[in-house]
Amino acid sequence: MSARAVNEATFEQEVLNNEKAVLVDFWAEWCGPCRAVSPILDQIATEHADKLDIVKINVDENPQLAMKYQITAIPAFKVFEKGEVVKTVIGAKPKPALEADLAAYIS
Amino acid sequence: MRDIIIIGSGPAGFTAAIYAARAELKPLLIASSVEIGGELMNTTEVENFPGFPEGIMGPDLMGKLQAQAERFGTEVVYDDVVSLDIDGPVKRVTLGNGETHEAAALIYATGSAYRKLGLPEEEVLSGHGLSWCATCDGFFFRQKTIAVVGGGDSAMEEATFLTRFADKVYVIHRRDSLKASKIMQQRAADNEKIEFVWNSEVAAIQGETAVTGVTLRDTVTGEERLLELDGLFVAIGNDPRTHLVHGKLDLTAEGTIWVDGRTSKTSLPGVFAAGDVIDPHYRQAITAAGSGTVAALDAEHYLAAQGNVHAAEALLENEFVSVD
Repeated sequence: MSARAVNEATFEQEVLNNEKAVLVDFWAEWCGPCRAVSPILDQIATEHADKLDIVKINVDENPQLAMKYQITAIPAFKVFEKGEVVKTVIGAKPKPALEADLAAYIS
Repeated sequence: MRDIIIIGSGPAGFTAAIYAARAELKPLLIASSVEIGGELMNTTEVENFPGFPEGIMGPDLMGKLQAQAERFGTEVVYDDVVSLDIDGPVKRVTLGNGETHEAAALIYATGSAYRKLGLPEEEVLSGHGLSWCATCDGFFFRQKTIAVVGGGDSAMEEATFLTRFADKVYVIHRRDSLKASKIMQQRAADNEKIEFVWNSEVAAIQGETAVTGVTLRDTVTGEERLLELDGLFVAIGNDPRTHLVHGKLDLTAEGTIWVDGRTSKTSLPGVFAAGDVIDPHYRQAITAAGSGTVAALDAEHYLAAQGNVHAAEALLENEFVSVD
């Protein structure tokens, strides 16, 4: 399952008002590490679909969201619960490292 | 058991794979989980790789090398090596997913990793205004004031690239002259957004939750001063990635894997090394690719001596004579 794209119009509904925890992947086309980590996120999304939603925000197309959440490096992953950021992970990491970072939301 | 495993997915690894695959050795290439393609994935335009007169984007070049390696039968695995057992005639490579692969020969081409400044605040501020990748993060510094630390080609490239976004880019360098190539130096010097800060090193990075500036120490007088910044990019060089072979392979005084003369032969039979992990000096995509070729041919020779028919035939085709 590949993570679906969210934009400025759908962000509130898909992320802030989501019943589940949501991991938002801030990424861009031109970011090599973002592309490298993308299949790993897809795997995590599939394996933990019951606990965690994973969505992607293209920072080129959604600069307001990137600015609002003070993104200064990508890939940046922010976990939202009840509309609040509860966890930030920055940089592409191997799957076990990412799973360890996200343990509280996927196990 | 396989004939050959290649660890690394930069120009050295994929070029070794192209040769080994054409020799019908069906190489397994361990590409890593998130650093596939190596250092060129974080560059933009590559202008000095022969055969691309108009230049080529780093990620596109790596995509082509991978496609060429796969065309001849290279199998690519996207995982990280966690341990190696390479003393004996069978080389064992264990991956993050727990699988162990075996081969008669191993090519080690893991490249190098960004060098850090060595400051305690680096971990906290990393990703919060402190970056090692201008092409990834430069975008977020539109109309900001930032600095690049370093004096080599990569520092010049980053500084020049960052002027697309930032209003002002300082280049902080410990000496009063650069080691970057003439063309890269000139390009930076001609750019009116770039200002050089000579004889200065970063003594501390300022900022609680995001970078607000740096404390600079004058390398001549020892005087310290504050430079206010929105972001800091570090390009002070790379260190060879040898942690998996510490205590297994001989290293040089410079920290690279020792190889015998101009060959790729390491201190263990059947283990060959290529690319930046053996090269403290040149570190170019094309020298790494050449080095990957040497490793593949040395490995073919090693396998042929053990009776591997494909390797022996490939050597005849390449008119390769061992440099023993």
